[in-house]
Amino acid sequence: MLVTAFAIIRIRNLFSVVILTGLFSLLAAAIYILMDAVDVAFTEAAVGAGVSTVLMLGTLALTTNDEKSTYKNRAVPAAILSIITGAMLIYGTLDMPNYGDAKAPIHQHVAPRYLNQSAQEIGLPNVVTSVLASYRSYDTLGETFVIFTAAMGVLAIIGRGRRRRKKENVEQEAKT
Amino acid sequence: MKRAEMRIMQHKVVLRVVSKFLIPFILLFGLYVQWHGDFGPGGGFQAGVIFAAAFILYALIFGVDKTRQAVPAWITRCGLAVGVFIYAGVGVATLFLGENFLNYNALAHDPIHGQHLGILLVELGVGVTVCCAMITIFIAFAGRGRK
Repeated sequence: MLVTAFAIIRIRNLFSVVILTGLFSLLAAAIYILMDAVDVAFTEAAVGAGVSTVLMLGTLALTTNDEKSTYKNRAVPAAILSIITGAMLIYGTLDMPNYGDAKAPIHQHVAPRYLNQSAQEIGLPNVVTSVLASYRSYDTLGETFVIFTAAMGVLAIIGRGRRRRKKENVEQEAKT
Repeated sequence: MKRAEMRIMQHKVVLRVVSKFLIPFILLFGLYVQWHGDFGPGGGFQAGVIFAAAFILYALIFGVDKTRQAVPAWITRCGLAVGVFIYAGVGVATLFLGENFLNYNALAHDPIHGQHLGILLVELGVGVTVCCAMITIFIAFAGRGRK
């Protein structure tokens, strides 16, 4: 993943960059599988590696294929800034509990109840589904509305323009 | 991918044959993920994306216009709203049956059956909306830039 990330930064050809981001998502999905988060890995592989790559390619088809060269003199401050941010993030992770620690705060709150009770209350073998669709159904409803709104936004900005242009073309053809 | 390349792609025989062979299986896998999400990994969101990926593959190989013939604009636009409507409708239905909003226990006599039915319907709503949203967004992007 590190090699892919560096390649994404260095390469100027945007087509290769988009393909490499897809590869990056696929590697991230593999890591999620190693951490036993199969549902998340599924989503990452389908959305990150699949659909978003295609959407980026679609955007490239509308714009140019090559990245414009940026100002070189900004490289040093940018490097310092990213090193500081990275150091702070790593410092922040020092306080985090170890991976798989049973005493971590996240395993103390509602997770035991979901794991113990969902078989009796909901009766589904996949606890992820019962948490997403039943215990947290308000959140999932909100997510569905977010996706709906996103598609509406795309339609409002670029979806309807085409039809209007078509109409104009028809009108122009009618005039000529 | 430039538009000219896209047009060339419509003449690639291997791609056409292989994608024609693959698309039914992608659709079938999407349906499997949709209805089997209760028991294995997956659910409405993933299923919607996979289902939409089949149409996006078709659009990449055969062009946007042929895809629009298969899935007209009004279907995806209605589907967007229908998915959200199914989800919120389940919530309102439970409200009328005397329970809290989106508490599926009220949907059947047995609370567990109610939960199963509610989750199935809600996942269907998510799947329909996600699938239509992905197709809409892709076609809005890919259909642009053409006169």
